[in-house]
Amino acid sequence: MRIGYYPGCSLLGSSREFDESARAVLKALGVELVEVPDWNCCGASSAHILNHELSIALPARILALAEQAGISEILAPCAACSNRLLSAQQELEKHPELLPGIEKAIGMPYKGSVKIVNILEVLDRLKVLISVLTTAPFRKKVASYYGCLLVRPPRVVNFDRPEDPQSMDLLLKAVGATPVEWPFKTECCGAAFSVTRTDIVAKLSGKLVQDAVKRGADAIVVACPMCHSNLDLRRAEINEYLQKEYAVPAMFITQVVGLALGLDPKALGLHRHLVPVAFAETAGVQS
Amino acid sequence: MSRIGVFTCHCGENIGATVDCVKVAEMCKDIPGVVHSVEYKYMCSDPGQRQMQEAIKEHKLDGVVVAACSPRMHEPTFRRAAGDAGINPYMCEMANLREHCSWVHEKGEATTQKAADLIRVLVEKVKHNEPLHPIKVPVTRTAMVIGGGVGGIQVALDIANGGHKVVLVEKSPSIGGHMSQLSETFPTLDCSQCILTPRMVEAAQHPNITLMTYSEVEKVDGFIGNFKVTVRKKARKLDEHLCTGCGLCIQKCPNKKISDEFNEGLGTRTAIYVPFPQAVPNKPVIDTLNCTYYKTGKCKVCEKMCPTNAIRFDQEDELVTLDIGAIVLATGFKLMKTDAFPEYGYGKHKDIIDGMQFERLASASGPTSGVMKRPSDGRSPETVVFIACSGSRDRAKGVPYCSKICCMYTAKHAMLYKHKVHSGKAYVFYMDIRAAGKDYDEFVRRAIEEDEVKYIRGRVSKIYEEDGKLIVMGADTLMGGEPVVIKADMVVLATAVQSNDRSEELAQTLHVSYDSYGFFAEAHPKLRPVETNTAGIFLAGACQAPRDIPETVAQASGAAAKVVGLFSNEELTREPIVAVVNRQAAPVYSTCVGCFICQGACPYQAIEQEEIMARSGEVIMTLARINPGLCQGCGTCVATCRTKAIDLQGFSNEQLYAELMTL
Repeated sequence: MRIGYYPGCSLLGSSREFDESARAVLKALGVELVEVPDWNCCGASSAHILNHELSIALPARILALAEQAGISEILAPCAACSNRLLSAQQELEKHPELLPGIEKAIGMPYKGSVKIVNILEVLDRLKVLISVLTTAPFRKKVASYYGCLLVRPPRVVNFDRPEDPQSMDLLLKAVGATPVEWPFKTECCGAAFSVTRTDIVAKLSGKLVQDAVKRGADAIVVACPMCHSNLDLRRAEINEYLQKEYAVPAMFITQVVGLALGLDPKALGLHRHLVPVAFAETAGVQS
Repeated sequence: MSRIGVFTCHCGENIGATVDCVKVAEMCKDIPGVVHSVEYKYMCSDPGQRQMQEAIKEHKLDGVVVAACSPRMHEPTFRRAAGDAGINPYMCEMANLREHCSWVHEKGEATTQKAADLIRVLVEKVKHNEPLHPIKVPVTRTAMVIGGGVGGIQVALDIANGGHKVVLVEKSPSIGGHMSQLSETFPTLDCSQCILTPRMVEAAQHPNITLMTYSEVEKVDGFIGNFKVTVRKKARKLDEHLCTGCGLCIQKCPNKKISDEFNEGLGTRTAIYVPFPQAVPNKPVIDTLNCTYYKTGKCKVCEKMCPTNAIRFDQEDELVTLDIGAIVLATGFKLMKTDAFPEYGYGKHKDIIDGMQFERLASASGPTSGVMKRPSDGRSPETVVFIACSGSRDRAKGVPYCSKICCMYTAKHAMLYKHKVHSGKAYVFYMDIRAAGKDYDEFVRRAIEEDEVKYIRGRVSKIYEEDGKLIVMGADTLMGGEPVVIKADMVVLATAVQSNDRSEELAQTLHVSYDSYGFFAEAHPKLRPVETNTAGIFLAGACQAPRDIPETVAQASGAAAKVVGLFSNEELTREPIVAVVNRQAAPVYSTCVGCFICQGACPYQAIEQEEIMARSGEVIMTLARINPGLCQGCGTCVATCRTKAIDLQGFSNEQLYAELMTL
């Protein structure tokens, strides 16, 4: 399998381990990643609020570049990136009158032929292979945390059940983990307030950490760099707000799958977390 | 040569202001075949009609064209007048000068010319008209009511009291429907069973009503006044004539853990059971899917216990065919289940229940004998949240329509809960309160003001369980969207009213149209609310749209009046505008080649196969024949016929060609 790859800014910065683990896992599964040449910012959390045309043009350039590189399907591991790419693609489909202006702005033709997928969709396709290749089952209780961008807005992303998604839970079961029943799969983590209002992040992400631990999770598994930042990078603020020392690690789904496949923890970037990925001997964990 | 009269109407200013009627009348005199042409201010008035009748006699007219308004408006008027003057009413045609000319064009020469052209077209048609005679069909004066809820019972009683026979068909073992499950009814809080059971008994004992419970309609043939309905009487597995309803079999049945449909899964029943103690008829049925004997071949305790030896394990379903004159559909509704809501846990929380389950909890005959106990652990709930519009008015995940009854029953539920648990707290999340109806809004105010039910305007985004409590996360949109979190012991979802299971299948069996949600379609949303598009089939209650009890009963009486009206004649008279397959003398017999493409195209199943036989009894050919009782004159078969063997009476190919060729 050969698939286009758009890492985006987070995977080169705050979430390098997501990039490392995604590349390592997909390599182990025989997937060849073709990075989009000369890619640019997707517009992230600001473009679509500030300038509608810009919020379409930025993703459109990435998709146009992918088209030129002969890529028919593109993986954007970052949930915000895949969300922005999908939104722009659909906006251009719905409003073809915008296309001439966008093509002029990006200086190249745009056909809209590239299919955009997120990391869970790609791993889901390889689920059988993953369970066959699993050598070190991840026998932990896990809270699968999807956040908002993977499943919303449902009409744009058209992925999984928007209120109670399942894909990550099933994937985790395939590598030997036991997903806990918990109600906060898609609750807000505080998102971009990570930088400006850490107090709000502490409150919202705190609720997630507290409930995950209460329901017996050994790890919170995520598929979004922003979620990870809030749950890992802001753990000090969370713990201060909750007046407790929560040590439950937040892990990327690719890291969990990587561990199950027997890959080197260092290659998966586990050492980069602020909350160490270490598990206390917990009772009641299925083995 | 024809002798046709043309009568041009001014319709006051309606036609006269834009069309020069005097000139039109003059122009029409030159049309070949026209022997008389006049204009008048109001042709439909008494003097206008008289003028036409006198002209028919005086000029010995054999055809008439009235150039006036739409035939929808006055065709019957003028045809009656023409008939009274001694010509066949179907030799009278109308040219629609008003809607097709004067109302849509400016005053001018061209408008007047168009009016004359319209008349010329109709004159050509009348020249080719044949005298037609209304079709008479006999009526079987027995009605069938499908569905034995409060609507069906009311229809049956009203028709029966009108002196006609009624067959009341109900799919479950007892009549009573949803109303028999309700605890108390709004807006008076009177006990539902107390007002319904006398009606049930009255229906069962009425000499004109035949009850067919545990039965379903399988097949409907025929047409208005002459339906042939096949009903499947499902095997009760006992002899109804021998059974006395003593209930010993039920007491002794060892299989007692079956989820009880009547109690909406909140209680249990035995394998041989009556749905509820007041059931009519009070004769049990054996649930063969759950009965130990049918599963293992052993048991037969009920058979041993029965003092009258009524149990019949080998009883089979029975098919009964009945002659029926009119059918009333009263098949009711179902509620959306709690598992349809991902944000409320997909039905996995036992203490999130729907409205009908709450009715059973509140009912004195329910699984808790009317004591408020939550399903999970039987504790008395101290805080109950009611969520209106669960699935209704929700274009994203539910149905877009308003379920209509929920605002009222939610107020009732909250009230009943407060009457039973005085210290309890009741919250209602709502979008709007739609309490239009006699004493309805007063009822809701009573819940808020006297029973202190807290109404919060806003939606609930999520419910999850934590430490045995249901955490209800909502918003108060009257407080600027402020988040509201309530720790509740029980949540009641006022889930959407939906069309009943298999209603689409039934509609197809009866050839009745239905909407995209499976509700049966009325013939006209305002003026024909209890009729369907299929003649002789009527509607009552929530099978048409969400309805409460008063509306259902009112509509039921309306449907009954329609049936009684239909039955007041020995014969039905129908317009002869029907399709006919031509017949000729031997050896041709017909230009029909018997391909029967028309049969598949006919939306009314009006086309039959007719065998032409020699005297020896040998079949010479099979031809299409159109049943004039069923044909609605739509003309679809005419268009599909490859050999032009079918013509629509009054609109034959010849007539239409003549009309076109004159232009």
